[in-house]
Amino acid sequence: MLAATVRVTRDLDVAEESVQDAYVSALSAWERDGVPDRPGAWLTTAARNKALNALARRQTLRAKLPLLVLPEELTVPEAIPDDRLRLVFTCCHPALSAEARIGLTLRLVCGVSTADVASAFLVPEATMAARITRAKKKIAAARIPYRVPESDELPARLDSVLTVVHLLATTGHTAPSGDALVRIDLAERALDLARLLHALLPEEAEVAGLVALLLVHRAREGTRTDEAGRLVPLADQDRSAWDRNLIAEADQLVVRALLAGPPGRFTLQAAIAALHAQAPSYAETDWPQIRTLYDALLRVWRTPVVALNRAVAVAMVDGPAAGLAAVEVLEASGELAGYHYLPAAKADFLRRLGRFAEAADAYAAALALTDNAAEQDFLRDRLG
Amino acid sequence: MTENATTERRPQYAVFIYEAVPPEDLPPDVMAGHIGLPEKIAAAGGRVVAGLGFQDPSTTTAVRGDLLTDGPFVETKEALAGIYVLEARDLDHALELARMTPIVSGGVEVRPLVDFQVLP
Repeated sequence: MLAATVRVTRDLDVAEESVQDAYVSALSAWERDGVPDRPGAWLTTAARNKALNALARRQTLRAKLPLLVLPEELTVPEAIPDDRLRLVFTCCHPALSAEARIGLTLRLVCGVSTADVASAFLVPEATMAARITRAKKKIAAARIPYRVPESDELPARLDSVLTVVHLLATTGHTAPSGDALVRIDLAERALDLARLLHALLPEEAEVAGLVALLLVHRAREGTRTDEAGRLVPLADQDRSAWDRNLIAEADQLVVRALLAGPPGRFTLQAAIAALHAQAPSYAETDWPQIRTLYDALLRVWRTPVVALNRAVAVAMVDGPAAGLAAVEVLEASGELAGYHYLPAAKADFLRRLGRFAEAADAYAAALALTDNAAEQDFLRDRLG
Repeated sequence: MTENATTERRPQYAVFIYEAVPPEDLPPDVMAGHIGLPEKIAAAGGRVVAGLGFQDPSTTTAVRGDLLTDGPFVETKEALAGIYVLEARDLDHALELARMTPIVSGGVEVRPLVDFQVLP
């Protein structure tokens, strides 16, 4: 709905306000007249009318409106998926900083709150709010177009779009705050967006890789928490409950993506996830192969989070002491300060080495760094 | 309808040319490229509104209050060598047009203009 409204207003702030106004109107109108047959269409039309009124008011206030409503655009029928895609590419325009692209897409395309976006990127909320405001200002002032790029420029624009979709999935996979570990709505939006991109760009291996990665996450979703909502680590999950159809679909996509050429970071992550999904048990996982894939991933995408995940694979192949050494190198770099998975992984290695007092300290450090209740419970259990 | 379309002002952008090579040392083909640029931009659906080429930065005098100094305010290797204003459909179009600027060593910077320029 926001996407359809932006197309009319060409102003993200006016569009956002209009959508909110439309919801408010709906509350009283639907109570009076009953819920319409197509509530979504009702809201979209209401939001668009409110946007047009808002723009008309602004037009009388100013001699010149910098963002004019183009008359011919009003008659174009609204194709929602296409509109969303346009909004995604606008938010991911290379003229915006990488941080702004991701923040803006999560906020505007996916409706993630500014606080959750900030938390996903380990920055204060005020920082993220300022970043999003600056990005909106640049879109309006520089006239960043609201469109899907032409086919020749599409691949170059794709990486930032895929990054955004992936981070959205990550935010949904483990919600940065709140009571539930998983925010299914966000994870679903990420998968929808990824499938949409795959339909548009069937030849792009990295898009297929991203879809595969998200499918494996989805296949395991139900087993990541127990009835009480507590986190269940991969080692203890009920593998018989994983969705084999989704995993099979992911496998096909991964194989095709791997055959297409040197694999990119999403294809490699999908391959790792698929290997985990195929293993009959945690212990029987093909850890050497997973470590090899992490080595390759680290070459194309050198980030401390990948290095941390690699340390877990190293610990499985070469023992917890080797894993601990890898984590301590990362810890010394200070790049992951504030990232609770680092002390959590360290605690696990220390525990397996029988260094329980140090493990308890590390668990406590991890606990202090997460706001997610399900993760807090898990860490508290480990602390005993 | 067409009247409506023509009354909407298209956005304007300043294109800053940063070039390490002084104007007198520019190769003839690059110089020719600069001279032919407005025509090339027009052919691609844009319009050059105004353009200025600068002498070598060493010819600059900076004025700060009563103080006169030799050289520009900001010393950089890739000096501001010229500036032009173009009209385009949107940022993507403006970037496509600005990319046609001939450069030996350096690049261009595109900045949208606010809506009250003193231009013909």
